[in-house]
Amino acid sequence: MKKYKYMMMLLGITALLGSCGNQGNGKGSSNGALSSSAAEKAYVAPGEHDEFYAFMSGGYSGNITVYGLPSGRMFKEIPVFSQFPTSGYGYSEETKPMLNTSFGFVPWDDSHHPDISQSNGELDGRWIFINGNNTPRIARVSLSTFETEEIIELPNSAGNHSSSFITENTEYVVAGTRFSVPVPQRDMPINEYKGNFKGALSFISVDPEHGHLDLKFQLMMPGFNYDLSHPGRGKSHGWFFFTTYNTEEANTLQEVNASQNDKDFIAAVNWKKIEEYVNNGGGTKVPAEYAHNVYDEQTHMATSTMKKEVLTVNPLDVPGAVFFLPTPKSPHGCDVDPSGQYIIGNGKLSADLTVHSFDKMIAAIEGEKFDGEAYGIPILKFEDVLAGVVKSGGLGPLHTEFDGQGNAYTTFFISSEVVKWKLGTWEVLDRQPTFYSVGHLMIPGGNSAKPFGKYVVAMNKITKDRYLPVGPEMEHSAQIYDISGDKMELIYDFPTHGEPHYAAGIPADLLAPKAKKIYRLTENEHPYAVLNPADARVERDGNVVHVYMSTIRSHFTPDNIEGIKVGDKVYFHITNHEQDFDVPHGFAMIGQNTSELLIMPGQTKTSLWEPKKPGVWPFYCTDFCSALHQEMQGYVRVSPAGSNVPLTYSLGD
Amino acid sequence: MKIIIRSLAIVFSTLLLSCGGKDEKKKDGFSVDREKSTEKPVEAVSETDAVPASQRITLDEKGVGQIKDITLDPEIDMEMAAKGEAIYNTNCTACHKLDKRFIGPSPKGIMERRSPEWIMNMILDPKLMTEQDRCAKDLLIEFNGAAMANQNLTVEETRAILEYFRTL
Repeated sequence: MKKYKYMMMLLGITALLGSCGNQGNGKGSSNGALSSSAAEKAYVAPGEHDEFYAFMSGGYSGNITVYGLPSGRMFKEIPVFSQFPTSGYGYSEETKPMLNTSFGFVPWDDSHHPDISQSNGELDGRWIFINGNNTPRIARVSLSTFETEEIIELPNSAGNHSSSFITENTEYVVAGTRFSVPVPQRDMPINEYKGNFKGALSFISVDPEHGHLDLKFQLMMPGFNYDLSHPGRGKSHGWFFFTTYNTEEANTLQEVNASQNDKDFIAAVNWKKIEEYVNNGGGTKVPAEYAHNVYDEQTHMATSTMKKEVLTVNPLDVPGAVFFLPTPKSPHGCDVDPSGQYIIGNGKLSADLTVHSFDKMIAAIEGEKFDGEAYGIPILKFEDVLAGVVKSGGLGPLHTEFDGQGNAYTTFFISSEVVKWKLGTWEVLDRQPTFYSVGHLMIPGGNSAKPFGKYVVAMNKITKDRYLPVGPEMEHSAQIYDISGDKMELIYDFPTHGEPHYAAGIPADLLAPKAKKIYRLTENEHPYAVLNPADARVERDGNVVHVYMSTIRSHFTPDNIEGIKVGDKVYFHITNHEQDFDVPHGFAMIGQNTSELLIMPGQTKTSLWEPKKPGVWPFYCTDFCSALHQEMQGYVRVSPAGSNVPLTYSLGD
Repeated sequence: MKIIIRSLAIVFSTLLLSCGGKDEKKKDGFSVDREKSTEKPVEAVSETDAVPASQRITLDEKGVGQIKDITLDPEIDMEMAAKGEAIYNTNCTACHKLDKRFIGPSPKGIMERRSPEWIMNMILDPKLMTEQDRCAKDLLIEFNGAAMANQNLTVEETRAILEYFRTL
């Protein structure tokens, strides 16, 4: 009874305080905790669909994970740069070439910044691009199959971090090098870095119809670290902006030595001008080695081609194409507002945000108001290009996104918060804590000309106590805030897979209707496909055996194979004859030195098995496909090398 | 009391088994002798249940689904049948063989047992059919619970398969 009274009193006081607060800010805001229900806002009822897709990079998982917003439910992990035993990506014979590089087969990467294709600056939902940071690569993922279709390696690049950001009409996907390196690579003393290393900014053209990638040119910049980038849009379409740090060109103890200059630069690149120069025969072709891997949806197969040459451009050869905008305190994020007018440099060692004006930049360039040059590239005067400074009071600004209503949202890593501020007046409107140490944030379409400013997701670097403890290693945490009101409201908190560095969101109705459900058997052009179970067979060519196998609920054709010998290389080419949504079949063979396969309806995948011991060895379907799934199995008889058991295969005989 | 009877039964079976082991020669596998019940079930068996679904003649039933009424031309359209055969070979032969009962029944003679509408509805939406059509439901049980796969064929493709069935 006493407790009850006490609680009532507390409630009363809280209500009083709440109403005071509302009066105080003079707007009659309805965002108080008592008058809203966070649970209702994040709740998506069973069987209902989310309003947005969120594609989060996996960081060191090398992949992309797909979530729904606002529920935070995870739908899929799309394998991109890493082998993925769940589907057999990078293990199947068809997909091994996807992970080929000039260094050979690289089974992993560190994926950072996904970006969805755009038309006229708006999300068009055809593809999503993402960078591999460690062994520099860019991938293109289909947004109808949600599978990786293409990966191109980048020569002369290292720590492919200011990537992969696309221009307003997906003309280019742009990738900058974080680490400068000798170009071409050579054996030289590390401490001769300064003045000798180069930073390559790669412009990869995207074929408008099929999305195919081609490394059109590399701009060979001074040996700084190119940290992040974003395209101009609207009035600034045709320009690309890159933050830099380590303009000191230090080669050791960068933690200290790369933080000496009070200001580093944002590099403004007029790519249209360089494109014109290149189209007119400009640039220098230099020898290079980089892999270009393409997956074909019809053959269900990837091919890898090694390219031998790249076109490089010296910025000094294209006057008026590249300028440096001084930006304080080792800027990290480089974000452009939806109108294309403001370029925001998030000085990560600063409390303030620097906002540059595109109009002022053009005026300064036209007035030739330069403040010196760096390696021949003109430096504009800081004061001449500055639009304003956001005095946030936070610490460690990293990234900014926009809601399309004239507001910007910036993450502060050190002070663990998202700060909402107004473009043009630079006034801080709201701030909300994150849990903990936020990196990127994402508003669906928040880095395009047309953001969908309903939610912002904060992706945190530190999880600690947010969820039940699971030992020292854990997933990262994300928070979702409703930003439809004046104040941001934390509505949900969910773990994310790997380390999401950045994410791209898009309204569900732009993607869901065109998501592929099955692959048509009639369109299957895999050279080893079995399109008719009567063609299922086993063929021997020396010690190479090809098993042409088909599956349907719930059997393999054939399911008994004899005449295999120790020392054979047995390729199981398995075609799934189902033509119904969500009926995959799996394939796994005992003792096989690779992963299982998961084969979608109408698809063909190939698994290599090198039997080592005589015996009768079972294989089975790994996906619970029907009531008779447990019966979906078969046997292979393996005889000693040199034996005479004839090659036979059967089903039901 | 029950327990005693059960224990007795176990002891008895053990005895029987050990006797058998001594006398019989080694056989492949094993077999269990079950005495078939001579008593007839109490419930009256309907005509439909007495005949296995695969042998029932249900020409009056059109099944459940989008195909309501099909009129067959007296002449078989051989061109359409050839198309149907190709579609059948790709999509159906994993389970339906012409010369034998396999995962599912052979389509031979199906035109004498099922209406054209029933056949097309079964191909177009086997899940709906096994849920709502008596014969389809019984077939699923008769064929070991192996649910027929929906191969996402169009009405036109399904019609071609039907034409092919007429040639069998």
